[in-house]
Amino acid sequence: MTSWLEGLARLRKYPSAVAGLLLIALLIATAIYAVTAIPYSEAQKLWRGGDAWQDLPVNAGPAWIDRLHGGEAARTVRASSDDATIREDAFEGVRVQETVLELDFEYGGFPSEVNLFLNSDFESRQPFVRLTWRTPDGEELFLGARRVGATERVSISQDQRLEGRLGYPPQVGLFTDTPPGTSEPAVRQGTYELVIETVQFEEQASLEADLVIYGQVHGLFGTDHQRRDLTVALLWGTPVALAFGLLAAVGTTVTTLIIAAAGVWYGGWVDATIQRLTEVNIILPLLPILVMIGTLYSTSIWLMLGVVVVLGIFSAGIKMYRAMLLPVRQSPYIEAARAYGASNARIILRYMVPRILPVLIPTFVTLIPTYVFLEASLAVLGLGDPVLPTWGKVLHDAQAQSALYHGFYYWVIGPAAMLMVTGLGFAMLGFALDRIFNPRLRSA
Amino acid sequence: MANGNPEGRTAAALPGTGPAAAPASARRGLLRDVRHLALFTGKRLLALFLTVVVGVYLTIIIANMGGQVDELRMAQIQSEVAEQVRGDPAFHDLDSEERQELMQRQIDLEVERLRLDEPFIWRSFDYLRQAIFLDLGRAEEMHSDAGSRQVYNIIVERLPATLLLFGTANLLVFFVSVFAALSLSRRYGSRVDQGVIALAPSSAAPGWFYGIFLILIFAFIWPLLPSGGMVAVPPPEDPWAYAASVIRHMALPVGAMFISQIFISIYSWRTFFLIHSSEDYVEMARAKGLPDHLVEQRYILRPTLSPIVTSFLLMLIGLWSGAIILEQVFNWPGLGTLLFEAIGHRDTPVIIGSVVIFAYLLAATVFLLDFLYAILDPRVRIDGGSQ
Repeated sequence: MTSWLEGLARLRKYPSAVAGLLLIALLIATAIYAVTAIPYSEAQKLWRGGDAWQDLPVNAGPAWIDRLHGGEAARTVRASSDDATIREDAFEGVRVQETVLELDFEYGGFPSEVNLFLNSDFESRQPFVRLTWRTPDGEELFLGARRVGATERVSISQDQRLEGRLGYPPQVGLFTDTPPGTSEPAVRQGTYELVIETVQFEEQASLEADLVIYGQVHGLFGTDHQRRDLTVALLWGTPVALAFGLLAAVGTTVTTLIIAAAGVWYGGWVDATIQRLTEVNIILPLLPILVMIGTLYSTSIWLMLGVVVVLGIFSAGIKMYRAMLLPVRQSPYIEAARAYGASNARIILRYMVPRILPVLIPTFVTLIPTYVFLEASLAVLGLGDPVLPTWGKVLHDAQAQSALYHGFYYWVIGPAAMLMVTGLGFAMLGFALDRIFNPRLRSA
Repeated sequence: MANGNPEGRTAAALPGTGPAAAPASARRGLLRDVRHLALFTGKRLLALFLTVVVGVYLTIIIANMGGQVDELRMAQIQSEVAEQVRGDPAFHDLDSEERQELMQRQIDLEVERLRLDEPFIWRSFDYLRQAIFLDLGRAEEMHSDAGSRQVYNIIVERLPATLLLFGTANLLVFFVSVFAALSLSRRYGSRVDQGVIALAPSSAAPGWFYGIFLILIFAFIWPLLPSGGMVAVPPPEDPWAYAASVIRHMALPVGAMFISQIFISIYSWRTFFLIHSSEDYVEMARAKGLPDHLVEQRYILRPTLSPIVTSFLLMLIGLWSGAIILEQVFNWPGLGTLLFEAIGHRDTPVIIGSVVIFAYLLAATVFLLDFLYAILDPRVRIDGGSQ
């Protein structure tokens, strides 16, 4: 035990080990934050997508990158009827409401999309709305009139007729005063208003309206093609990756070591069987088998973990441990243990395994990122866990949507950076540990 | 795999084509070596064949654990029979009940023919025999570029691309790292040496990971190289232009594998050479005043060759697995991409067939390196591998 502590104390002399430990600490802190800030079920629900994200832009880059470049790309601006003043005139049988949604648009870039969400609680007769756009200069632009269902989404930026009238896509045309066909359109900053005139046919009915002007950038890590904030996946990917890597590494190294020790101790046919099984296992291709299981059964991350551990038990490491344990078997202290009547299990677990544990620690630490990348690899192949957000799944989505081709570099770089940090953190620590715990390397 | 034996003999016999005046004892020694080598090769072939059989059998068991393969076959039979009955004008006059009956009869016949009514354990041996002889069945959705629906043809069509890419990358990594490590072990402690040690952790990430960045940088930010594929579209007619195009397309994937492997390889071999260059016999050779390159070749490289070969084997095995994703990322038309497409189509026969082929590839790798090992390690040659 003391030699371990000494070894750990020696770690401080290796700058790479300290850096690795810091990175790991950062990851663990992120994981704890993710688990506490977004509960497991919440994370699953969020990543399923849908209405939770309807206010976020599609494929928006991270805001801070744009600001670093000195860009002024638009962020998302919302205006809700809850904060608006509503004027109401009552006539015979009908009421006419005028809601004015006001919003300040102070960005240098155009928005990516304009949507209006309408909710109405009528009983039988649908209300009728008339939409007018008012620019900061007071110009008025008629956006159309329509009947409103219980929940309605008006995609103003996809209105073909409006585009024809403006000469630009609506999300550009509504925010510029440059006449079409002359030069690059320039943003007109200022306070815009959307006037919603509603004709209600029922006494109690009311209308809620939310205008969302989607930005070109969003948050720390941007959003994906389903408007999901990548922050959720990058945060929650951390505990998933760490848990998978750690459990797989523990599961494979510990069982491998115990089995190798048992083989060495019992010798004879037990040893021979273990050796043959190892040879068979080396021939089994791990990734294709995982792919096969993922396709035929389930892609649950826990099933994958189980298979990885089962296939990892008889790994090539057994041969290495065996070579290390063979001399240990002959050592006098084992003889002494036999003399006092220690059971086989006791000799294996208490005397043989601990003897080579220090050698195992570096291997163990360097194995963790291998499994983290394995999980990411499966996800990139489209066999990620069906419900959990992971880094690999983000990469898979990015690949499937040709993110690089479309220039959404952030979509690939975010998860890749997280994977890199994990890989580097553990590998740097592992290499330093290797030099400390493997005496033959120490002089080198 | 079966012709590994005669090849082995010729390879081992090559050194024997020396001067005819060689002493008779040397010839006897050579004969003994060849005999031992053949014996060893035979033993290893048999052992590896058995391991492949067990491995493939395990694959079949895993694949069919939930009766999945049986269900798929049943569905296939049903649809085939239905198609046949519907397409045959002779049965057009039958009413639906009679037709159902006829179909059921034919399905039963087919089930009996394929012995689907027997317990799985009996049939599993049947599948095993088919898989071992690479009779991998018909694909459900996919077909080869030549139009064949046979899984075997689909896979064989993709194999050369995979071998080309991975052969190139592995050999490159192997030779560069061994020679770099040799020269580093001479100058250990230098700036370059420390740089390599510091860079070694970068190998924690697999090749496809670096591939993403290489594509980002060299295909999109500075569009110098193609981002994926194997040749330009349409493929050039001139064979030289064709080769040049393939090389251009190979640059990024090979580069990605190279980056992910090279530092760890140099690091581990450097450490290895360092340990071995502090052996007494090496010190002795240095003390004798032998030139550096002779010490390196005869006293360091020669005794360490067999462990080097072993670690090369382990690296190869690791790379085969990584291949799938690397190919997919670079859209390289090899086995990995095939497997990926098969996942997309849920084409079970292709997936199982790929696993079998991968198992064979791994076994072939192991065999090749065992064989090299046998030639390199005098103990195997002289004792006939009876350790």
